Amino acid sequence: MKVLRDFLDKQKPHFEKGGRFEKLQSTFDAFETFLYVPDKVTTSGAHIRDAIDMKRTMIIVVLALIPPLLFGIWNVGYQHFISNGMTPDFWPMVGFGFMKVFPIIVVSYVVGLGIEFAFAQVRHHEVNEGFLVSGMLIPLVMPPDVPLWMVAVATAFAVVIGKEVFGGTGMNVLNPALTARAFLFFAYPSEMSGDRVWIAEKADAYSGATPLGHLLINDTNLPSVHDMFMGFIPGSIGETSTLAILLGAILLIATGIGSARIMLSVIVGGLTMGLLFNLWGANAYMEIPAYYHLVMGGFAFGTVYMATDPVSAAQTAKGKIYYGFLIGMIAVLIRVFNPAYPEGMMLSILLLNVFAPLIDHYVVQSNIKMRLKRAKVAVTAKV
Amino acid sequence: MKVDMSTVTKIKKGLNINMIGEAEKTIKDLVTDQFAIKPTDFIGVFPKLKVNEGDTVKAGSPLFIDKYRDNIVFTSPVSGKVKEIKRGPKRILLEVKIEADGKNEAIDFKAENPAKLNREEVIKKLLDSGVWPMIRQRPYSVIANPNDKPKSIFISTFDTAPLAPDNDLIVHGNGEAFQAGIDALSKLTDGKIHLNVDANATHSKVFTNSKGVQINQFAGPHPAGNVGVQINKIDPINKGDVVWYCYPQDVLAIGRLFLTGKFDATRVVAITGSEIKKPAYVKTKIGAAVEALVKDNTTDVFKRLISGNVLTGTKVELDGYLSFYHTQLTAIPEGNYHEMFGWALPGFDKFSLSRSFPSFLFKNKKYKLDTNYHGGERALVMTGIYEKVFPFDIYPMQLLKAIIVEDIDLMENLGIYEVDEEDFALCEVVDTSKTNMQVIVRKGLDLMRKEMS
Repeated sequence: MKVLRDFLDKQKPHFEKGGRFEKLQSTFDAFETFLYVPDKVTTSGAHIRDAIDMKRTMIIVVLALIPPLLFGIWNVGYQHFISNGMTPDFWPMVGFGFMKVFPIIVVSYVVGLGIEFAFAQVRHHEVNEGFLVSGMLIPLVMPPDVPLWMVAVATAFAVVIGKEVFGGTGMNVLNPALTARAFLFFAYPSEMSGDRVWIAEKADAYSGATPLGHLLINDTNLPSVHDMFMGFIPGSIGETSTLAILLGAILLIATGIGSARIMLSVIVGGLTMGLLFNLWGANAYMEIPAYYHLVMGGFAFGTVYMATDPVSAAQTAKGKIYYGFLIGMIAVLIRVFNPAYPEGMMLSILLLNVFAPLIDHYVVQSNIKMRLKRAKVAVTAKV
Repeated sequence: MKVDMSTVTKIKKGLNINMIGEAEKTIKDLVTDQFAIKPTDFIGVFPKLKVNEGDTVKAGSPLFIDKYRDNIVFTSPVSGKVKEIKRGPKRILLEVKIEADGKNEAIDFKAENPAKLNREEVIKKLLDSGVWPMIRQRPYSVIANPNDKPKSIFISTFDTAPLAPDNDLIVHGNGEAFQAGIDALSKLTDGKIHLNVDANATHSKVFTNSKGVQINQFAGPHPAGNVGVQINKIDPINKGDVVWYCYPQDVLAIGRLFLTGKFDATRVVAITGSEIKKPAYVKTKIGAAVEALVKDNTTDVFKRLISGNVLTGTKVELDGYLSFYHTQLTAIPEGNYHEMFGWALPGFDKFSLSRSFPSFLFKNKKYKLDTNYHGGERALVMTGIYEKVFPFDIYPMQLLKAIIVEDIDLMENLGIYEVDEEDFALCEVVDTSKTNMQVIVRKGLDLMRKEMS
């Protein structure tokens, strides 16, 4: 491997200031640091540093996305074939799903990373790793039948308007992947909702409604809890299997990269709202068991992968509890009450993304008040 | 020591970093005649020289004073000759080098029982002899102002930093000097002297039998030994408060001054780190030459020498000198290597607070750590990791951001008076974004000090 290192060392001067390709410095740097952890040493402060970096963090999240991705690929095929009245073997289903999902992933990464590289270059920054995760999240929240050009437009919108205008990874207010989803939802409502889009190339006669779609028209004829938990239902590519998402959650919590505090708070919030509706019980939707909400639609996926995005979530420990709880509550609230949107998770998370700084503000203010009070007590004690 | 756990302050948040190269508990005398006092060790001091190259000095002879607080004197640790006055860019004063003559002559400041002196007399003796700079204050970690009356004085008897020296060993047999030092310090405050010990590891009678102090027991990982954490738990600093602090070897120097009348700059220094062949303790004076400290005792690896510990120490060259406040020297490998796919491989031997490397399964593993950043600098993205190693009731990230935007009011409200660079060292180590936080905190403290003066 010394050959590769020597090659990079030889090419490096061309990409540095004054070199032939200095305009591509960020690009070179991105590839170099992808291949090798840099040889940079500490110059101030602590002389030793933790082995973790942003690349490691992001790759763990991508790993955690693998179970829902693999299940999603299979399920896209499975849903397609059963809608057409066929029951093929495992591999044809995976094959069909792969042919549907893979192009979406490619488009998402190519468009998103392309824009990231361009912005990094213009700003003379290093390329941020954040999109490694966003680029995988975007395909997983898309309906399987989404046109590729829409994926491209949505990704571009999310990266530019959702992230780069704020200054890039770490500065954004909204979760980029959800921004992409919301953009499509509002820009192309006819292509993004209804019963057609959740099953790829479905037969016309077959109802493709998701469980949430059923409930929207107060039809409680739902798939079994087992099917919903396992994910044998129509829906966005990565959202259907609560089990696969649970595997990802275990990895995120075990490594300490995803906030267990947020995940738990969202679940408690959702259950609380569901139970409140149970008590009210004004219609059939309100009467479904509260835990159904956890296994339907994007609730689980949003809880584990979206609400926990450290940049757009609340940043204080206490704030995370309020933030998560409210996400869960509002998601269920929107589901049950809003006639236009069957899924409340996306809007709920985006709404709380906006309010997260406010939540943190009040948490920090209480800390400030504690300090002022302590000072006052000290003064009185002296007198 | 019998431990009554009900009175122990438990520090839960923190991190002990286990490293290879702990000093063996033996103390040898160091043979060297090269010493230097470095004005850059003293935050906020503008040095005004009192000697020229070639002058003869005794232990306790003034070398330089602080231009704006001219009663604060910095004196020679040994008798000998001023060998060189080293300056850096813009003629900044870097080192006043002394070549010892081996005669151990010292100026006589008169031996006196501190209990029989008044506050002014104690302060004057400390100032004149050059012992005063050992007493520092919070906030800002600058040398204490003799005109202030601190609300309390803190002494941390244990150090929880990686490979830190064992103060039990260092003070062994120095009970008389330690008590004399405490007696002198007790003249300086109307409040308490807090002697903070490790509930599980402090056994020395020198500490536990001290009179005229309040002994506070602490238990927990680093930074439990940091004086900032101890102040926060026992007697927190509010706006306008001043707390003074010093360390066991400083108390010994203060005590010896009153017992013998002389500035005794003796320092026991732990020579530590994976690149030291035989890590152990040496007995020398303040400002000893690094070359002498590590002579014939280092490996051939390309390494970094650090005056102090790996968290807060300063990089020194082989021809440099140990800093005034440091009682430890650490040698670790430099990390100037490229590591292929280092971020993606499992990494069984990687040190990390996060559990994203399998090494977290081996709790007591000792690491050979180097100076590599292990990644590129990024915006602050991850949250909640700093709080895991920051045992203050302060929001570290919010405070850092307030400092970065220089919002004085917010910094004050968020508790900047209670912290120092060293309190952010662990946050800096575990940071995914590789932000140099200690520099930021120092900038904030300097800004506040300027604002408040």
